[in-house]
Amino acid sequence: MMKQLKKYRLLAVVFIANLGLGLYDSSLGTTSIRNSLQFSWEVLKIVPSVMILMGLFDVWVPRKLVEQSIGYGSGLRGMLFTILLGTAAAGPIYAAFPVALSLHKKGARLANIGIFLGTWAAIKIPMILMESSFIGLRFALIRLTLTIPGVIVVGLLMEQLIPVSTVPNMERTQEISFTAR
Amino acid sequence: MVSLSLLAITVIALTISYLKDTDRTKRALLVSYRSLMALVPSLLSMIALIGLMLAITPQQVLTRLFNVHGLAGFALTAVVGAAITIPAPVAFPLAGSLLKLGASLPTLATFITTLTMVGTVTAPMEIAYFGRRFTLVRQSLSLVLAILIGGLMGVIL
Repeated sequence: MMKQLKKYRLLAVVFIANLGLGLYDSSLGTTSIRNSLQFSWEVLKIVPSVMILMGLFDVWVPRKLVEQSIGYGSGLRGMLFTILLGTAAAGPIYAAFPVALSLHKKGARLANIGIFLGTWAAIKIPMILMESSFIGLRFALIRLTLTIPGVIVVGLLMEQLIPVSTVPNMERTQEISFTAR
Repeated sequence: MVSLSLLAITVIALTISYLKDTDRTKRALLVSYRSLMALVPSLLSMIALIGLMLAITPQQVLTRLFNVHGLAGFALTAVVGAAITIPAPVAFPLAGSLLKLGASLPTLATFITTLTMVGTVTAPMEIAYFGRRFTLVRQSLSLVLAILIGGLMGVIL
């Protein structure tokens, strides 16, 4: 029970901050709440679908397939495949976390998890059109060419710097359970 | 648009799965339900945080920030981009208007990269999934990457 409550600590802090803001300036307070409600709708439109797809992925995709294509020993081909996966996906970064976790559980190497999150966040094929129309095609293309190798390096460094044991895996499975046997 | 196609894909996938193997599909939904429930606390925190942040950093403040030139401005935008999280469809128009106001391209490159890759707002969720160490390392490396990309952009352009 205490553990359950502890998870809402941050929410409580933000809530109190919001209350303070509302007392200080009531219009800012309402704006904040209106923003949150608007954003909740955005989240509601995406998260349930992602979760259902994750569940299906979990029961249908064999571990072996993930291990072979983006696991340890998949090399450069695995990384390029991961980048392809990350760019093709549309959706905000928080939708990427559950996907990345189930990839991790199915045996993807840690570097590829980092690469996946990085590309999902920073490189979006549909967004390139938008980026070039608002800023410039040259800008978008240069940023893309710099980001791809950058993301790979970040992934490889992550694999060096993060012992797999510090990534909640088995003991967390009960909570964020993706394990279907 | 994105969410609609996502929903369509989900419904189709679920139907196919159900027709092929009902039991397995039920198990999948149970997994989905459990992971969704585990996510609720950090999801709610994120929603509240984003509302608060968008309220206290209106666009005028952001644009004023970008008028700080030189290295200080560069560092400042990196930090601001890291702190706040704006969805990409909003980020690009914002970057476009910042460009018109005289923000430099390298600064914008750094801003966009930190905006999308580093996020204090999404950090609680990332920690729930991957732990503190993972989150800290990934976000710091991404911040460094964003600054490098901005710097290289300055050299190339």
